[in-house]
Amino acid sequence: MRIVLPAALLAGFAATPAMAGDMTIGIEIPRMTVAEYHPPYVAVWIAKPDETAVKTLAVWYDTKNPKGEGATWLKDMRQWWRRAGKSMTMPANGISGPTKSPGKHQIVIPAARLKDLAPGAYVLNVEAAREVGGKEVVKIPFTWNGKAAKGAAKGSSELGAVTLTIKP
Amino acid sequence: MNRKLLGRTAAALAFAAALAAPLVASAHRQWMLPSMTVLSGNDAWVTVDAAVSNDLFVFEHVPMRLEGLMITGPDGEKVEAKNQHTGKYRSVFDVQLAKPGTYRIANVSDSLMVSYKIGGEQKRWRGSEAEMAAAIPADATEVKKTNSVRRVETFVTSGAPNDVALKATGKGLELVPVTHPNDLFSGEAATFALVMDGKPAANVEVTVAPGGVRYLDDRGEMTLKTDAEGRFTVTWPRPGFYWVEASVRGGAPAANGVERSALYVGTFEVLKE
Repeated sequence: MRIVLPAALLAGFAATPAMAGDMTIGIEIPRMTVAEYHPPYVAVWIAKPDETAVKTLAVWYDTKNPKGEGATWLKDMRQWWRRAGKSMTMPANGISGPTKSPGKHQIVIPAARLKDLAPGAYVLNVEAAREVGGKEVVKIPFTWNGKAAKGAAKGSSELGAVTLTIKP
Repeated sequence: MNRKLLGRTAAALAFAAALAAPLVASAHRQWMLPSMTVLSGNDAWVTVDAAVSNDLFVFEHVPMRLEGLMITGPDGEKVEAKNQHTGKYRSVFDVQLAKPGTYRIANVSDSLMVSYKIGGEQKRWRGSEAEMAAAIPADATEVKKTNSVRRVETFVTSGAPNDVALKATGKGLELVPVTHPNDLFSGEAATFALVMDGKPAANVEVTVAPGGVRYLDDRGEMTLKTDAEGRFTVTWPRPGFYWVEASVRGGAPAANGVERSALYVGTFEVLKE
């Protein structure tokens, strides 16, 4: 449900511009023909162009580990761990979830979760780290200004196509 | 040689020799090597190897003796090592990182070295100040006393790093991080300060040596010098473990005629983003 505000009222909000829009992120986890396969740990976060982390959107890890040891390997997503993860508590409501099987996955971040994101230039980061496998980060730069935007990038090993769609 | 050492093993003797001549260029290197330095999860542990060798970090000479093992937790409290064992070439122990934050794992010694002549023969003795009176003959000549403080350490962090355990004790040669020791990345610069008895150690030579050179022709060592504030900056050429060493000797003898000598060794892990 979207509430349409009159222009006069919108002007009154100018000090804290409402840039909110839904963000849809597509992540492809490639199928691998390896003897020992474990679905990758994946972290999705928004950073400033200087790599400063702004907001972690999703962390897929072994949340169902029978011994509760899934968090042991969170640090293997080295960029996310350095920039954001080490200061976070997992599991985190609305952020963490179980690992995903090979295939195409979609994350929809509702406007409400992005309402505190100031207008500006950002980079969407998607990092995948796989047990007994490799590690890869895919980045999509984007501008957050209340306008529609699309971005795409492709991984070469641990990630396939990564897409970003912003709808105002 | 200290009489107490005579009954011990050859390894202990060799280690004492390594300790007694730390400033000789060919001296064996002392080091501690943690299994990991950046950890996550609720039950984080590290296992640490401690040894003395020529090649870093290869077990090929003698184990490090751990009498001075001192582990400081992220709250500044002492942490006990578990499963301690000393083998032929290395000592091993485990550390449970029960609380989130940064741990300082150090092996520290503070002893007196005395050289003297008796009956025309040059002698050396090493021990504590309390033992000295009984150990050095009253008719010894050319008695030279040196206080030797050595610190061999490494750092590990579970979860978010903090700096409570990083505070200098104020005794001997220590490294005060400007860049956190568990936030080191290949291609980036890291700055540290050396302090002697808590004061900036200016103009001190620092050796930075990468591990894993056993399979390379070039040892890739760097020699740096601290500035007026005791600071030095390293740009890590590649990921891996690095050995950082510095030593200070001499200076004006203290009022009691004891000269100072201090050694610092730190092992740091540099990651790739």
